Amino acid sequence: MNNIFVYCEVTEERSIADVSLELLSKGRKLADDLKVKLEAVVMGHKVTKLEALLYPFGVDVIHYADDEKLFPYTTLPHTAVIIELFKKEQPGIVLFGATSIGRDLAPRVASALRCGLTADCTSLEIGDHFDNKTQTEYKNLLYQIRPAFGGNIIATIINPETRPQMATVREGVMKKEVYSVKYKGKLNKIDAKSILKDDDFAVTIIERHLEKSKIDIKNAQVVIAGGYGVGSKENFQLLFDLAEVLGAQVGASRAAVDAGFAEHERQVGQTGVTVRPKLYIACGISGAVQHRAGMDQSAQIISINTDINAPISHIADYTITGNVADVIPRMIKYYKKNSK
Amino acid sequence: MRFRIIVLAKQVPDTRNVGKDAMKADGTVNRAALPAIFNPEDLHALEQALSIKDKIPYAEVILLTMGPTRAAEIIREAMYRGADHGFLITDRKFAGSDTLATSYALSLAVKKLAPYHLVISGRQAIDGDTAQVGPQTAEKLGIPQITYAEEILSLDAKKIIVKRRLERGVEVVNSTLPALITVHNSAPPCRQRIGKLLMKYKHARTVTELQNETKDYTELYNERPYLLIEEWSAEDLKADTLNLGLSGSPTKVKKIENVVFQHKESKILSNSDKDIEKLMQTLISSHIIG
Repeated sequence: MNNIFVYCEVTEERSIADVSLELLSKGRKLADDLKVKLEAVVMGHKVTKLEALLYPFGVDVIHYADDEKLFPYTTLPHTAVIIELFKKEQPGIVLFGATSIGRDLAPRVASALRCGLTADCTSLEIGDHFDNKTQTEYKNLLYQIRPAFGGNIIATIINPETRPQMATVREGVMKKEVYSVKYKGKLNKIDAKSILKDDDFAVTIIERHLEKSKIDIKNAQVVIAGGYGVGSKENFQLLFDLAEVLGAQVGASRAAVDAGFAEHERQVGQTGVTVRPKLYIACGISGAVQHRAGMDQSAQIISINTDINAPISHIADYTITGNVADVIPRMIKYYKKNSK
Repeated sequence: MRFRIIVLAKQVPDTRNVGKDAMKADGTVNRAALPAIFNPEDLHALEQALSIKDKIPYAEVILLTMGPTRAAEIIREAMYRGADHGFLITDRKFAGSDTLATSYALSLAVKKLAPYHLVISGRQAIDGDTAQVGPQTAEKLGIPQITYAEEILSLDAKKIIVKRRLERGVEVVNSTLPALITVHNSAPPCRQRIGKLLMKYKHARTVTELQNETKDYTELYNERPYLLIEEWSAEDLKADTLNLGLSGSPTKVKKIENVVFQHKESKILSNSDKDIEKLMQTLISSHIIG
């Protein structure tokens, strides 16, 4: 009762998605804080090496529904199985990856269970709450922390009364950390056939074309990111030129993606990817809090901006006051001149 | 029977264009400085509905929105672009609703418009970015959901085939009707206003708006009843007030912090050749690059 559950996404390769492993790592810490168990929920078919992969993250129980009708993911069957499981197990906290799947499934589940759900959390903590109106003390709630209202504020959301307390978190926000290689939990097999009804198959998949993303900014040592201030898709090419010279990856702010300067896969920030490179070069990025949420743990930050007062300069190690189109070609030039 | 399409839309503050005056001196958000707009992805949703109407003459498009009196602006906007009519869900009892309470109210209004075939909304609103209201409304209606729709490939009275845009590719799905679809921003943008419709609907008003007008339009509205935008209160929806507003919202805001920058000692460099070369030398010698 009141344990922490993580919905683990099954990948195309029939393994568990990175974001789910990251959430298990965070879930283990929260479980230790609360002195409860960590439980994983897996729905799919023929998932490989499930137990060997998950137990080292400190998983006490794996709830596994293995059925060919559960892979690939469709909304209604996964919702039906999860609701049945949660009604029985009464989780205290449930975490989902803020992915195409998690953002489709979690709200449907929250609506059916009439519980609270917070999207795209950038931090999760345990804390207490005192309600002044009702003079009620709540112990050990999940603080679901996220930027809101265009990033001008950081909101801490709680669910005092309803359970489970649910949250989604983007890939890369939490750190993937093995708890103990020797950790052993137990497997609970779920019989999906006894739960699923014909109505759960109202939606059927006709065709799928999924590719492994070719863009990997999450693991890059150096990220060169452009914002709206880069000005055009043509100017964005300069970032790629610099990236090629430095062996870096190109990222983008949401404004740059919305303007069509870069692909969505490159978006850094709360609703994109979180990166922790050795060096982050922010080009024409003002530095809204949602963007900073995805890059402020970079070891070194350089900002190139015409506005010396842009918020990004407050977290930058170096601020170059100038125009991206003017500065980057000279960075390339002087890098080439000074490197062997 | 008409093919009824209900578009769920939201009027939002334009958080994409947060200028310098968007924050007050005391650090709070200056809502007055942010214009209220038609949520961008809801416009993509409207376009999907209108393009169905282009193909199926007996289709009708109804815009449904929840918000203050002012939100009637987006109903008119939808009418200027081709929607047949709209309803405004408005009541003080809805104030403070989170996504769950919002989807409860929306689902009651959709049920009031039954029989319907399709419910279409944007994937998410720019003021919250939660993408929760669509799936939650579908659950409350007990109908399937198809999220991140990019294109409707085919449609008849009983089923729909939709292309979905996922993080790493596309998926084509078939669903029974009625169903709820949320539209991704990779779908085509919405058509512009049509002059003829602008003329036809420019006097469309809700009852509350009419009460605030100085001129008496009674005759005009008797003659052209389609100009009256209906308002629905919690009572009209026969809503259980416990499920509305703050009491119907399991999520509570514990704390709001204005963003405070932790000042780092930022070295300010000019864009001179000397400064840029020196920086590159420092990065190379400290093995950060190279």
